Amino acid sequence: MTATVDDVGAAASTDGQSALTVNNLWKVFGPRADKIVGSPEADLSRADLLAQTGCTAAVRDVSFEVSPGEVFVVMGLSGSGKSTLVRCLTRLIEPTAGQVLIDGEDVVSMSDTRLRELRRHHVSMVFQHFGLLPHRKVIDNVGYGLEVRGTSKADRRSRAQEMVDLVGLSGNENAYPDQLSGGMQQRVGLARALAVDPSILLFDEPFSALDPLIRRDMQNEVIRLHHEVGKTMVFITHDLSEALKLGDRILIMRDGALIQMGTPAEVVATPADDYVRDFVSEVPRSHVLTLAWVMRPPRPDEALTGPEMAPDTIVRDAARRVIDAADPVKVVDNGQLLGVVDQDDILRVIVAEETPS
Amino acid sequence: MTVELTEIEHPAAEAPVPQDDEGGGRLRWIALGVVVVVWVILGVIFHGKGTQDLPVSQLTAFQEWLNELRNTIEDAKFNGNPIFLPIDWLSEALDWTVTQLQNLFVSDSSRPQGVAQVGWAGVVALAVWVAYALSGLRIAILALAVMLSFGWLGYWEQSIDTLIITGVSVVICVIIGLPTGIWMSRSKRVTSVLTPVLDTMQTMPSFAYLGPLVLIFGIGNPGAVVATLIYALPPLIRISAYGLSTVSPSTVEATTALGSTSTQLMTKVQLPMARRTIIVGLNQTIMAALSMAIIAAFIAGPGLGIPIIDALSVLNVGIAFVSGMCIVFMAIMLDRATSAAGERSEATSRREVNGQRRRLILGISAAVAVVVVAISHNQLRWNVFPDSEWGRRIANWVNDATDTISNSIGQFTRWLSDAFTEVFLNPPFGLDAWFVDAPWWLVSLGILAVAILLGGAGKEATPRLAAAVALGAAAVLMSGYWADSPLDMSWVIYWGAVVALLIGSSAVGGGGALIPTAASISLIFAVGLWNDSMVTLTMTLVATLFVMIFGIVVGVWMGRSRRVDATVRPFLDGLQTLPALVYLVPALAFFPAGRFLAIIAAVLYAAPVAIKITADGVRSVAGPTVEAAQSLGSSRWQMIGKVQLPMSKGSIVLSANQGLLFVLSMVVIGGLVGGGGLGFLVINGFSQREDFGKGLAAGIAITALGIMLDRITVHTAARYGRADTA
Repeated sequence: MTATVDDVGAAASTDGQSALTVNNLWKVFGPRADKIVGSPEADLSRADLLAQTGCTAAVRDVSFEVSPGEVFVVMGLSGSGKSTLVRCLTRLIEPTAGQVLIDGEDVVSMSDTRLRELRRHHVSMVFQHFGLLPHRKVIDNVGYGLEVRGTSKADRRSRAQEMVDLVGLSGNENAYPDQLSGGMQQRVGLARALAVDPSILLFDEPFSALDPLIRRDMQNEVIRLHHEVGKTMVFITHDLSEALKLGDRILIMRDGALIQMGTPAEVVATPADDYVRDFVSEVPRSHVLTLAWVMRPPRPDEALTGPEMAPDTIVRDAARRVIDAADPVKVVDNGQLLGVVDQDDILRVIVAEETPS
Repeated sequence: MTVELTEIEHPAAEAPVPQDDEGGGRLRWIALGVVVVVWVILGVIFHGKGTQDLPVSQLTAFQEWLNELRNTIEDAKFNGNPIFLPIDWLSEALDWTVTQLQNLFVSDSSRPQGVAQVGWAGVVALAVWVAYALSGLRIAILALAVMLSFGWLGYWEQSIDTLIITGVSVVICVIIGLPTGIWMSRSKRVTSVLTPVLDTMQTMPSFAYLGPLVLIFGIGNPGAVVATLIYALPPLIRISAYGLSTVSPSTVEATTALGSTSTQLMTKVQLPMARRTIIVGLNQTIMAALSMAIIAAFIAGPGLGIPIIDALSVLNVGIAFVSGMCIVFMAIMLDRATSAAGERSEATSRREVNGQRRRLILGISAAVAVVVVAISHNQLRWNVFPDSEWGRRIANWVNDATDTISNSIGQFTRWLSDAFTEVFLNPPFGLDAWFVDAPWWLVSLGILAVAILLGGAGKEATPRLAAAVALGAAAVLMSGYWADSPLDMSWVIYWGAVVALLIGSSAVGGGGALIPTAASISLIFAVGLWNDSMVTLTMTLVATLFVMIFGIVVGVWMGRSRRVDATVRPFLDGLQTLPALVYLVPALAFFPAGRFLAIIAAVLYAAPVAIKITADGVRSVAGPTVEAAQSLGSSRWQMIGKVQLPMSKGSIVLSANQGLLFVLSMVVIGGLVGGGGLGFLVINGFSQREDFGKGLAAGIAITALGIMLDRITVHTAARYGRADTA
């Protein structure tokens, strides 16, 4: 869970190695939707497009790459097309145009059989409304994905039990979903997705239906699982704090289009437009910005004798030491001095939160 | 477990798109008033003229033609015409199945085998075991009591025959209905094709099915099974399609995302999740099958229908009561057993701990049942149910009691019947003056005008009107009153035109009540049974008036109080599970035979549906609205009159629709007890060969009446539904 400026370039440049690549993806709902992409109508605003053609462009021309092991968050308000986007990745909704590459293979042109193989082995998904089978016990819900791909009962029981233990539901394996709380039900959903040992996990607003305390627990659970199993994750949310907390990188959508993509610090520090600025205005910047964003070149009169810190240290975590140190803190990466940070620089970030401009 | 899914099993719920007519409200009511006044005045002037009364013994050209058609078909079947081979094969297969089951389970001295392979004790043991396995101990005890009561009341063989006809039909219903339901749930196109077909099947009164089936399958077992199965099929298809398509979409999506094939999705996700709903559909199908299996006695189907129909037609209340008891007990047993099976199916699948014990008990009890079956196979006293005096005794008691009652209050009930008939039916005040004794053209125009004013003419009214007039003219020309010779091919052309018009107008869409009403009136005229249809229509309208009064009074009462609802509803549910014929028995006990009796039975039969729909409508008036009205200081009657009734107008019109259809189907059955009209002709057509054509024509007229009443109310509901929200 690192978040540095450099990661962006790294992710984008590792062509061929990316876990998931999306190129110019479109999803248009409505009559003769396939005729819209590439025509002049495609440039119309959402309302005009609906008025003129009766079509709605839920996803318009979105491209991004996700590297292996990355947590990639897609964020937007309801109706921004983020849930449609994630469904297009495994063709739960058929994309209208564009390319989706998973481990280098094009999902859009896959046969039904191959697609089913992909869903059974490589990509699994956690849903907002859990989507559990009410007539099955927890253990059989978790084992469902293994069952449909033909794993023997003994094998899938033991694998499912492992997953139940992994998500912290030990002892509940013989309960039925309606006997569990919402948070526990979503743990079942999580265990079910993990059971098939996918290389990519998709989350569609998995915690929106949960109350705030449970939601925080579950977010921490995802962070823990990411550390333990290290899967590539694509995470859909409408909650900025969730996006900042979980995401290595964040993609912000509005009206189906990509508005900004970058690390949490980038999004907070340099919002692409007023829409994003409005979004991030309430965010406590010191919780998100790293030293890389507040450092400056050393002034000639400054003594470079202060302690050294890494550029990806969050401002909040660095604050105490910077303020306590007599001299400015040196921001050092691989032995190379990138800049310095002193008390004033830190205070500027923290004070700015109190009086937003 | 009866009508929880009101909106899906009632065809009227899928009302067509409302018409455009804003602001015409007041004008429409004035026009309606004018129509009524003109109708009454002209009715007085032309009283008794042009009533198209067809003497009992006389047949129109069309009816003769139907008789000929029956002869032709029978000849063709006899000569082995290849067209009828599949039907012959099907009939024989059904007949063989039913006969085999009868040989297996029913002792009957009139059959060559005499005694059954499995005697009464074995049948009881099997029934109890099945009830225990599916529905638990309480239902098993109920099944034991009910099965034994069949024997004690003296109707063992008939009861088992009815169970066989019902069972065979239900099995075929499941074989056809479940895949069809699955298909419908998966394809929008299939749904849009099948929905009107199912609507029509459910709109048609049970009597209207029988004639055409006799034409094709003849009388006896095959006709009985096919009639039962057609009548019972729609609820299963509808409800299972509904259950499957409403399975939580997020679960379907989640399991799809895990790579389920569509078969895996169906068997592991959708069917298990829709299981309870499907069992509700099965329950309704079983109850409908039982109701029809009994009515199938009119076409020589075996079973309990025979004694009850015989008794009703000679007005023997005692015997009708005893055989009615068997039917009621059977209905209770089947209803409770399937409801309990639905409730248990989940519980048992969850209780794996007791699985071992349960299997053990089931195994032991199965062994016991097999032993009993073996004994009943070998020993006569366990094979043929011992003679019991109870049935006869009860019948005599009931007859004595009704005699006593009619001696003491008979004067009163006869007066009531006469007074009712005088006030509501007979001219000059009753509805007969408008329909039965008025000239046909006046009634036709009157009905058409009312249909247009209430249900709308539809878009592009002029061509529709022209089509309606042309259809009317064709009907008048061809009805046989003016034409002497039967016009063989022309009938086919005429029917083709009517059907094409109906299908065409519904395919074009945007239609109102005009075309269906015109087509129905034209059909009624063309089959040559105008006057009898009007007799049935008057009874239907009067009975529906009372059904609506009960529906609104009791429905509002129930809708406003949870306590009342909780007390009354189980009673209504119980009434709804009873097969239609049973309703005639209590009515016959207190009232003299005649139209009034048929109306009473129809009101009893239809009121529960109307009450429940109204109650649900009143209950569904939004809580905040009621609260707001309360906080503004509405009194109870202001609340009912200004808030709850206006806001549930849509449900009230829907309940009128359902009330009309239920009443119509019962009024027709009332032909058995002096109700006259079309029902009598249908029944007569089965007993008198030379009247078959007339009976079949009456069946067509019944269907036409049903379509007409249904379409007018459905289109009215569609317009009023919109007025609700405006």
